[in-house]
Amino acid sequence: MSTTSQPAPPRQYRKPLVRVLQVAVHLGALLPLVWLFYAIPRGALGGDPVKELIHFLGLGALRLLLLTLLVSPLARGLGFGQLIRLRRPLGLWCFAWACLHFATWLSLDLAFAWGLIGDELVKRTYILLGFSAWLILAVLALTSFPALVRRLGRRWKTLHSLIYPALLLVCVHFWWSLKSGWIEPAIYLSLALGLLWFRRRLLPWPRKLPATSKP
Amino acid sequence: MLIKSLTRGEAGENQVTPEDVYLNRRRFLQGLGAGTALAATGSQAGLLDFLSPSAPQTPATGAAPRAPLRYQAGKLESGLILTPEEKATNHNNYYEFGTDKTDPARNSQGLKTEPWTLRVEGEVAKPGTVDIGELIGSAALEERIYRMRCVEAWSMVIPWVGLELGKFLKRFEPTSKARYVAFETLYDPEQMPGQRSSFVGGGIDYPYVEGLRMDEAMHPLTLLSLGIYGQTLPPQNGAPVRLVVPWKYGFKGIKSIVSIRLLEKMPPTSWNLLAPQEYGFYANVNPEVDHPRWSQASERFIGPGGLLDVKRQPTLAFNGYGEQVASLYAGMNLRKFF
Ligand code: HEM
Repeated sequence: MSTTSQPAPPRQYRKPLVRVLQVAVHLGALLPLVWLFYAIPRGALGGDPVKELIHFLGLGALRLLLLTLLVSPLARGLGFGQLIRLRRPLGLWCFAWACLHFATWLSLDLAFAWGLIGDELVKRTYILLGFSAWLILAVLALTSFPALVRRLGRRWKTLHSLIYPALLLVCVHFWWSLKSGWIEPAIYLSLALGLLWFRRRLLPWPRKLPATSKP
Repeated sequence: MLIKSLTRGEAGENQVTPEDVYLNRRRFLQGLGAGTALAATGSQAGLLDFLSPSAPQTPATGAAPRAPLRYQAGKLESGLILTPEEKATNHNNYYEFGTDKTDPARNSQGLKTEPWTLRVEGEVAKPGTVDIGELIGSAALEERIYRMRCVEAWSMVIPWVGLELGKFLKRFEPTSKARYVAFETLYDPEQMPGQRSSFVGGGIDYPYVEGLRMDEAMHPLTLLSLGIYGQTLPPQNGAPVRLVVPWKYGFKGIKSIVSIRLLEKMPPTSWNLLAPQEYGFYANVNPEVDHPRWSQASERFIGPGGLLDVKRQPTLAFNGYGEQVASLYAGMNLRKFF
């Protein structure tokens, strides 16, 4: 998809196709949550679903985050700019899943024991990383309204580059949260690094001088 | 729950009264056909709350058959509430069958537990093997209702059936050199997907090994368990024979044991090998020593309620068994020997 030879669908189909994909995004993000209402009472998440629920929601949020970041390379690669309209719903759904992940931990795991929650948030580095990522996602979600996007102009872009550190924070949060094993978080981290690689020219990290860049 | 209401209010810690009403009633119920693993809690489904747990059926593979056991009934310490059987058998850590809590119930039903021999060797005068089927038929089994505290900060109350490990070990006549006991789980990658693939098995070096100091092994609370909830163990809980040490974190309770060796030196233990800074050899339940990634001061009790019925309670030193076992560790720095 990094090549530009992939043709986008014919012009007249693009708009309806994006509509269909938007609906698919909403359903794809919503239906698993509806499924939980069916599955939990039937034991699909085990005798005690709390930990599994936290994992399910955290992993879902991470996947949605990766999908969100896949949109623009895909749009560029396919020459199908309208795809960009999937980005905001994906990003907002990612935030919604992250909120549920956070809320499950607060309510079902720690039972709103605020003293303990405060302690854990600062003492456990992996929780702090997840929380930082969540704060970033919250800021991005709140500044994603079209009116605000217009108002912020250039600064919006800078602000929303925070998504990249958020992605890396989540990957480390995942890795660190495990009692054992590393293969699964390593896969997600490589996917994340892959998505960052697509953007290596756009990111504000130190770059070589123009002399060495290709025309 | 029925079992709870029959025993609630009876005081006394781990006292055993032979052939009391409780036992007879329970046998009677089992005789009525309530003996299947799930039916006993069927009355729970009456709560219409969608978040309340109705009995989760063990998925398609078909549950491994379990047999009712004859045993001396144990007592529920007053104030304790039993964890429903379908929760205790559908929320397990048994990485040989996968790292998710639901994996063991799903993936272990085909485990072949008959015949099963357990080897006892090392510093004993009479090494030997025991056929577990025979042991179940011949030993005087007793029920022990214990708090179970997982290192992951959740807990249950589980009625185990088994025999004191100490009494069992005495049959083999431990020598004076025996200072430690090493346990080993079955190693059979064909049957245990986690042993075939490190991805499934969480990167543990199998076979799973555990160990106790001799005085811990000989302590009357330490149980060699052959059953739960009145029946033989289901595979996900460690069939056919496992260890229960109620004052230690759950991972010390090694499952599906094939070998016990009495040793002069402290044996290696699996979680300690994997992450020595997180899991010690002793692993005594200690609310004052946190896991690096979470607090051990409190725990989420997994009881009869639904998903929203969260019960977080303080964790007790030695999981509430300090009166019986604290003396084993007199003079030891339990922060260092965690
Ligand atoms: C708001 C603060 C957050 C808290 C308090 C939090 C808490 C947790 C906890 C307690 C776990 C499970 C650890 C265990 O198994 O013991 C976890 C795992 C995880 N979290 Fe978070 N988290 C937060 C934010 C996030 C965010 C924003 C994301 C993604 C966008 C995320 C993704 C994950 C993932 C992927 C896992 C691993 C799931 C698995 O093991 O399958 N978390 N988190």
